[in-house]
Amino acid sequence: MQLTSEHKILAESARRFVQQEIDPHVEQWERERIFPARELFRKLGALGLLGVTKPEQVGGLGLDYSYAAVVHQELGRCLSGGVPMAIGVQTDMATPALARFGSDEVRQRFLAPAVSGEMVACIGVSEPDAGSDVAAIRTRAVRDGDDYVISGSKMWITNGTQADWMCMLAVTGGDHRHRNKSLICVPLRDEDGSRYPGVSLTSKIEKIGMHCSDTALLSFDEVRVPVRWRIGEEGEGFIYQMQQFQEERLFAALSTIGALEQALAETEDYVRERRIFGAPVLNNQVVHYRLAELHTELAGLKALTWQGVESVVAGEDATPLASMAKLSSARLARTLIDSCLQYWGGMGYSSESAISRRYRDSRLWSIGGGADEVMLGIICKHLDLMPGGTEGDRR
Amino acid sequence: MKVLVAVKRVVDYNVKVRAKSDQSGVDLANVKMAMNPFCEIAVEEAVRLKEAGKVEEIVAVSVGPDAAQEQLRTALALGADRAILVRHEGESEPLGVAKVLHKLVEREQADMVLLGKQAIDDDNNQTGQMLAALMNRPQGTFISELNIDGEQVSITREVDGGLQKIRFQLPAVITVDLRLNEPRYASLPNIMKARQKPLDAVDPAELGVDLEPRLAVLKVTDPPVRQAGIVVETVADLVDKLRNEAKVI
Repeated sequence: MQLTSEHKILAESARRFVQQEIDPHVEQWERERIFPARELFRKLGALGLLGVTKPEQVGGLGLDYSYAAVVHQELGRCLSGGVPMAIGVQTDMATPALARFGSDEVRQRFLAPAVSGEMVACIGVSEPDAGSDVAAIRTRAVRDGDDYVISGSKMWITNGTQADWMCMLAVTGGDHRHRNKSLICVPLRDEDGSRYPGVSLTSKIEKIGMHCSDTALLSFDEVRVPVRWRIGEEGEGFIYQMQQFQEERLFAALSTIGALEQALAETEDYVRERRIFGAPVLNNQVVHYRLAELHTELAGLKALTWQGVESVVAGEDATPLASMAKLSSARLARTLIDSCLQYWGGMGYSSESAISRRYRDSRLWSIGGGADEVMLGIICKHLDLMPGGTEGDRR
Repeated sequence: MKVLVAVKRVVDYNVKVRAKSDQSGVDLANVKMAMNPFCEIAVEEAVRLKEAGKVEEIVAVSVGPDAAQEQLRTALALGADRAILVRHEGESEPLGVAKVLHKLVEREQADMVLLGKQAIDDDNNQTGQMLAALMNRPQGTFISELNIDGEQVSITREVDGGLQKIRFQLPAVITVDLRLNEPRYASLPNIMKARQKPLDAVDPAELGVDLEPRLAVLKVTDPPVRQAGIVVETVADLVDKLRNEAKVI
């Protein structure tokens, strides 16, 4: 894809933002197991980075996905994977369906403040007993007059302890498991910042990586929400969510590309400086050949992912390409960062090196946002390779 | 008031540059380029003056290859009103650039020229001073503070051993130091709006300026690798080494 000078200036602006507003604080935020989402999102919102593709009526720029894509790549360079992931939840996981199908009222109430950074959003699909098998979720939203009464719990919720509202997938009634769910904007806090009635934080989950990103288990006990805060039609939530997963997958692939380019650059700097047996580590053929292989694989990933971006821009169904890009990026992250870490020697195994954090953080992407196995199932379906009777629910 | 701001395309400050193996210069193949950080500060100051109502128009100027349009577009996104690219491939030397700027100051009837105190590629720190000489107008260099009251300019400049405050009349040339301001980020709405702003390109010949280098670069090499340090046991050892090996005391 031919990038314009606007893409390049945007990328430069996003890169500088990461270097100056995020990276210097990463050590502290990782230690504290939280980053200040509200404060950071307001700054991002002021630069227009939370609403690149969102409609102008809600304060977005209404640009095509390629502009968001260059931002995602730059965010991925961040020294912590947790911060870009949290931003991705706001821009590409919790809000695409709302932008596409939400009524004016619900978009003004929930989307506009997510674009400006005044509110922090999260996405509520996974539950303690259902993750990859999305159709198996059990949280129910029962109609009572003009309200839904919601009961259930949502697990692995990124931004969960800080979020103001959740884009929640809940069962609203009906027999067919793909036609009995709806997406609903559920407030998690009142305007004064206290918990919305019936919402409780059951636990904050500790993880092997993504330390500065908060991950929560949230419980909903007869939470009342007006029916008009539903996104689009009742019963269409599963379909909307499946569409919304395309942005999520491309976000994962694009931010991983940024992280991997950065991992290679950091490693190359290190092996040029670090000497062994009287010469730079880089001078060993096993090292420079391996780096060449990794660059080659990364170039392949980039080509695949940007084909997915072009497909979105062209208005096509990007599901197969986005799923392939997500799978491929998660797997390359595991091998590429592991190879890089090896050449850092003892420093690579110490917590203070950037590469060791990338190693821990990147492991998530073969699990989060649709596990590798889910991507494989989806790709099989599109290739018509799925044997009858074993189909997964995610397209 | 009209302000001219100079903008140079240079190697990004994060890049660790390396000398070419034939020692003819710095290896620029596939190296990330960006706006010179001091130029960013100059643009930012011009934009702040405009926001304060003291400047009506900001014209960003770059002497460089076509690719330098990117840096000019960035200046437009940051708040410049229009831009002029003076097309030139290869090295540009301070005197040539000063001559170009001099011609443009005359053509544009600019009241003030804001420049970075130096560009981080060659670190010459000469263009602003040469321009002031060519214009035969006052110069305020390495400034960390700028106040404008009508035709009167008061600046604080960073000099060895302290700060110096001076006053002079416009038109004038001002070169900025690091502590003058913290440049903003180009916001996405402003990046998109900048597409509509005019960017003209001219050849140095049209301005009657010859940009051919006057200097010959003999060779460019990496700095020598520093020897590893040692830990001395006692203060007496240290004094002994300083006196007898380093011969500094």
